Amino acid sequence: MSDLRDLYQEVILDHNKHPRNFRSVEPHSHQADGYNPLCGDRVTIQLSVEDGMIASIGFQGDGCAISTASASIMTEVLEGKTVDEAQALFDQFHDLVTRDEACPEAALGKIAVLAGVRDYPMRVKCATLAWHTLHAALTEKDEVTTE
Amino acid sequence: MSTVNPVQEHAAVAPLAVERIRADFPILAQPMNGKRLVFLDSAASAQKPVAVIRAIEECYQNYYANIHRGVYQLSQRSTQAYEAVRGKVRALLNGADDREVVFVRGATEAINLVAHSYVRPRLGPGDEILITGMEHHSNIVPWQLLCEQAGATLVVSPITDTGEVDLEDFRSRLTARTKFVSVVHVSNALGTVNPVQEMIAAAHERGAAVLVDGAQSVPHLSVDVAELGCDFYCFSGHKIYGPSGVGVLWGRLDLLREMPPYQGGGEMIRYVTFERSEFAEPPQRFEAGTPNIAGVVGLGAAIDYVHAIGTERVAAHEHALLDYATARLGEVEGVRIIGTAAAKAGVISFVLGRVHPHDIGTVLDLEGVAIRAGHHCAQPVMQRYGIAATARASFGVYNTYDDVDALVRALGKVRELFI
Repeated sequence: MSDLRDLYQEVILDHNKHPRNFRSVEPHSHQADGYNPLCGDRVTIQLSVEDGMIASIGFQGDGCAISTASASIMTEVLEGKTVDEAQALFDQFHDLVTRDEACPEAALGKIAVLAGVRDYPMRVKCATLAWHTLHAALTEKDEVTTE
Repeated sequence: MSTVNPVQEHAAVAPLAVERIRADFPILAQPMNGKRLVFLDSAASAQKPVAVIRAIEECYQNYYANIHRGVYQLSQRSTQAYEAVRGKVRALLNGADDREVVFVRGATEAINLVAHSYVRPRLGPGDEILITGMEHHSNIVPWQLLCEQAGATLVVSPITDTGEVDLEDFRSRLTARTKFVSVVHVSNALGTVNPVQEMIAAAHERGAAVLVDGAQSVPHLSVDVAELGCDFYCFSGHKIYGPSGVGVLWGRLDLLREMPPYQGGGEMIRYVTFERSEFAEPPQRFEAGTPNIAGVVGLGAAIDYVHAIGTERVAAHEHALLDYATARLGEVEGVRIIGTAAAKAGVISFVLGRVHPHDIGTVLDLEGVAIRAGHHCAQPVMQRYGIAATARASFGVYNTYDDVDALVRALGKVRELFI
């Protein structure tokens, strides 16, 4: 078992205390709600996609430090990325937190701080909740677009 | 570290020799993350003493065979061991007759059995089933399913800010439409001990039968179904230091006799043709298929174990731990205890500032302290308090004041990290 600080790194604690892009995005082109029935965590992701590029993204909800920090970091990383790049990052992030031999952390930049979750199987879903919700927002846009 | 022993101060009964009891539970000897394992999640499932583990092993090693079938000796011994546990359960609950004891998978199955076999045939459109606002999902969802089928209504008596039943409100919701009442004895999320005796009497005045969900009360306090006057009582083996996958429905024999089977199969019949079947008498009528034989044997060993210690001593010990933990947690800045009823059993739910209970749980785990974090399968209780989850420590016979101190120390680490 790793040390507490391997999981709760300073960056994570900081994003938990001061979440970035914790807001609604109006108008938005995509939205989805994520829910983790295991712990009751909820997250709503809204984004505005223009010409295949994520122009603006925000999240709201209630969750643990891991899920809040993951959502916060995700929104920071994705702003300005294309939808295809976002989908590729979703896959890479999923590998990062579930597989021992994931792609080099350096290539993932900021989101690599969540790699420690790998050692806590019960917490993997906390880290991936925001990303799954993003994935749902981007792939089921017909059903979950704006009001 | 506290040098006084609050058990001696509070209890009229002899205190537990906890160190000796701890030695009965092999799992507690292992270190956790390099620290002493502090297990504070017995309300979710209790650990198992050697006596229970050996009893199951002996069953499989020495006399296992299917029950009620073979004419050979192994089957007879197996049947005897299985049936003898009915008597132990009857004595534990102070029932009147061994035939009142039905073995099921757990408290959840017991509630579903009563819903299906007792309540369903009596329930029509416009009828009502009454529960309280502090029920576990297992005492909500079966009734919702049933009400949907029958066009009946599930009525909920809300709880007070302290996490108690409002008896006035509860009484006012009992009407001529109330066909059944199902209430929890001890709340798993709040620790509240309900005044079930008064609630049962009130329900009976209105002609409604009552099931008491005792999953969290056996073996933390003495249960006497005759004194309570309930019609059904249920509990799970795994919470009383027995194996998982086995539990008990106790029911009044006259009611069990009127009830149709829950599941069809072998063991529960008297005579079968392709045209029709005659069913066995209770309890066999409700035990279709090969039961959890070794599980029941293990449950018997668990009852013996608890009996040898003495339920009243267990209750006094856990209550003293609860008082100590309540005081110590009150000293931790930011802790808010959820559930402050006057009568509580050894369960203490709390939140710490805005720190998510799952983060509390993970940090505590790294300190060797195992608690439960989440909604405790009681989401309406969480909604009542406007929170998503709590952290919960719960006590068993093996817990000590040192365990509480370790919890409080570990909460200091949580504060360092998140506050």
